[in-house]
Amino acid sequence: MSKMTGADIICECLIEQGVDTVFGYPGGAVLNIYDSLYKYSDKIKHVLTAHEQGASHAADGYARASGKTGVVIATSGPGATNLVTGIATAYMDSVPMVAITGNVACALLGLDSFQEVDITGITMPITKHNFIVKDVEKLADTIREAFYIASEGRKGPVLVDVPKDVTAKVADFVNKPIKPYTPIKTLHQDDCIQKAVEMIKESKRPYIYCGGGINNPRGAQVLKQLAKVADAPVSASLMAQGCYDQTDGRYIGMLGMHGTAAAAKALSECDLFIAIGTRFSDRVIGDPATFAQKAKVLHIDIDPAEINKNITAYHKVIGDSADVVEKLLKLLPQQDHAEWVKNICSDRELNVKQVGTKELDLTPQQLIETLDRLTGGDALICTEVGQAQMWAAQYYKYRFPRQLITSGGLGTMGFGLGASIGAKCACPSRTVINVAGDGSFHMNLNELVTLSKHNIPVIELVINNNVLGMVRQWQRLFYEKHFSQTTLDRPTDYVKLGEAFGIKSFALTKAADCEDVLSKAIEISKTAPVLIEARIDRDINVLPMVPAGKSVTEPILDIVIDD
Amino acid sequence: MTDQYVLSVLVDNSIGVLGRVTGLFSRRGYNIKSLNVAETENPALSRMTIVTEGDSGTIEQIEKQLLKLYDVSEVKILHDAVCREHILIRAGNSPSSRQPIIEIANLFRAKVVNVGEDGLMLELTGEPEKINSFIGLLKPFKINKLVRTGICALERD
Repeated sequence: MSKMTGADIICECLIEQGVDTVFGYPGGAVLNIYDSLYKYSDKIKHVLTAHEQGASHAADGYARASGKTGVVIATSGPGATNLVTGIATAYMDSVPMVAITGNVACALLGLDSFQEVDITGITMPITKHNFIVKDVEKLADTIREAFYIASEGRKGPVLVDVPKDVTAKVADFVNKPIKPYTPIKTLHQDDCIQKAVEMIKESKRPYIYCGGGINNPRGAQVLKQLAKVADAPVSASLMAQGCYDQTDGRYIGMLGMHGTAAAAKALSECDLFIAIGTRFSDRVIGDPATFAQKAKVLHIDIDPAEINKNITAYHKVIGDSADVVEKLLKLLPQQDHAEWVKNICSDRELNVKQVGTKELDLTPQQLIETLDRLTGGDALICTEVGQAQMWAAQYYKYRFPRQLITSGGLGTMGFGLGASIGAKCACPSRTVINVAGDGSFHMNLNELVTLSKHNIPVIELVINNNVLGMVRQWQRLFYEKHFSQTTLDRPTDYVKLGEAFGIKSFALTKAADCEDVLSKAIEISKTAPVLIEARIDRDINVLPMVPAGKSVTEPILDIVIDD
Repeated sequence: MTDQYVLSVLVDNSIGVLGRVTGLFSRRGYNIKSLNVAETENPALSRMTIVTEGDSGTIEQIEKQLLKLYDVSEVKILHDAVCREHILIRAGNSPSSRQPIIEIANLFRAKVVNVGEDGLMLELTGEPEKINSFIGLLKPFKINKLVRTGICALERD
């Protein structure tokens, strides 16, 4: 046992929890914490971002890429509020994160003091739980509890707010082992698993649909086996890209608003819809009334509140998705649905051929498919939000879990660059590419300096169509082509901008140069960050597209550009 | 079909727990008809009685979403329970109204807890329907102010 300050206790607890990298930004209320980080700098690497929001996305990206809990530190007031978007992003996608914020000293709380904000009040609806620690004696156990909550069950962000005087006060500290997570026993009853097995055995046309809940290494392993044993086609949500190898013949593409025809066809024809680790987002189900009409829904999820929330389940199994699938496999004999699988998987491609114009002949399809080929499908892909996000999801062939890092639930523009910083810190040996649109890029481009300053070799690919393409697409379809505030045509010189931040930057304007420029970027990214501005026509749309609330079996396949 | 439900919720007696529970109801669009909370025999825990309404799907969601809150340790949808409500009410607009008000109070076994110049303050505990009819009978004598606790309920053994 030793006596130490609250700030040192925080660092000791981080080390105890296996944290070696944190993201953050200093400030008045966290001066003591940063003084400790200075002392502990050989054990905890601190990545300074340009803005707290970038740090929150970096902690998120780190967690998504590694499966470990991401940590972000920010000061009180504006430092804390700048984390809000990042915390909400992590919450919507169930990403384990611990946010540590400073606050004014206890005596100044509630007095509208300088840089005071009620961050626990603000983040209540976007965290799994949050704490304010007013007693240094309770600090260590609160930090431990925060890590436990963030990574147990359905994962998510937890915030710990620590007033400045608590970080200065002294208390006894003793190391404790990490509290093991014990799943709820009763939810794994055998008859519940048995019934699920019977359903699969009875099914003639089963269809496996997986979500973010099984997008982890063990999940991917058992999913692969289940697909074989149940002999079923497999589809994935945006959050689960890569948890099933997309080069495998059973994979039929993404399901939902911008999914494949095969995934939609399987949905309308299957007699058993096996939903694993998914929450049935409105972007996936479209119209709930027409969803999987001929099928019984078998829903496997760790969160009981997801059962019957958006789609009514015929049978449910509550538990960690990988655990449940493993248990199913023990009881499930080999099934044979060769005819059904052949029927669904015979045409599993997206079947959308993008074309550019004479002046701008480069297409996102060519960009992403070339990246896929050049990286051998082995890169971590981060994305911003909008058209570029969807193209990255549609045209890269994801092969392993946690390969696509994207804000699926909250749809946070400006997420990707920060996330790529975290992803690269978590997986330094992998090529990390952030696929951005020019709109999202402008939201948090300040983090380019984080790439160059810390030499984080990420490839920032800005697909520049000079418009907010996804909104423009909706305006074209549903708002009589009133392109209200979506035509950007900004004078930004991307190459000069990148260079100004100390990053090698290139403009890619012709389809013929695509392979050369991307190869060069991948080569550079072995040692340094690189930026590419890829110019494309503004009217290349994301297709197919199911309008919001419509049946996923009736997608728009073509959008006529007549203006 | 929309029905009324009474929930008994055991929560940690900690800062912000009421905010967490009511915040959950408001952001997910659930209705709170009444909410009652106080410490239990264990000072570390409080029990809330929440009256809400919705269809069976909504109630299922309310129960599950409440259980996801870390401060919530138990949620029970009460079916066979004793439900009680307490009211304090000031009624009467003249000295002459005092006697008829006392008569009504006696009928309901309400207690006079304060006597003012023109009116009386009464207290009554009972089922919500009883409280409603008590208020109804006092209306002609002018109700100056009233406060109700909302239902607090406990399931039978």
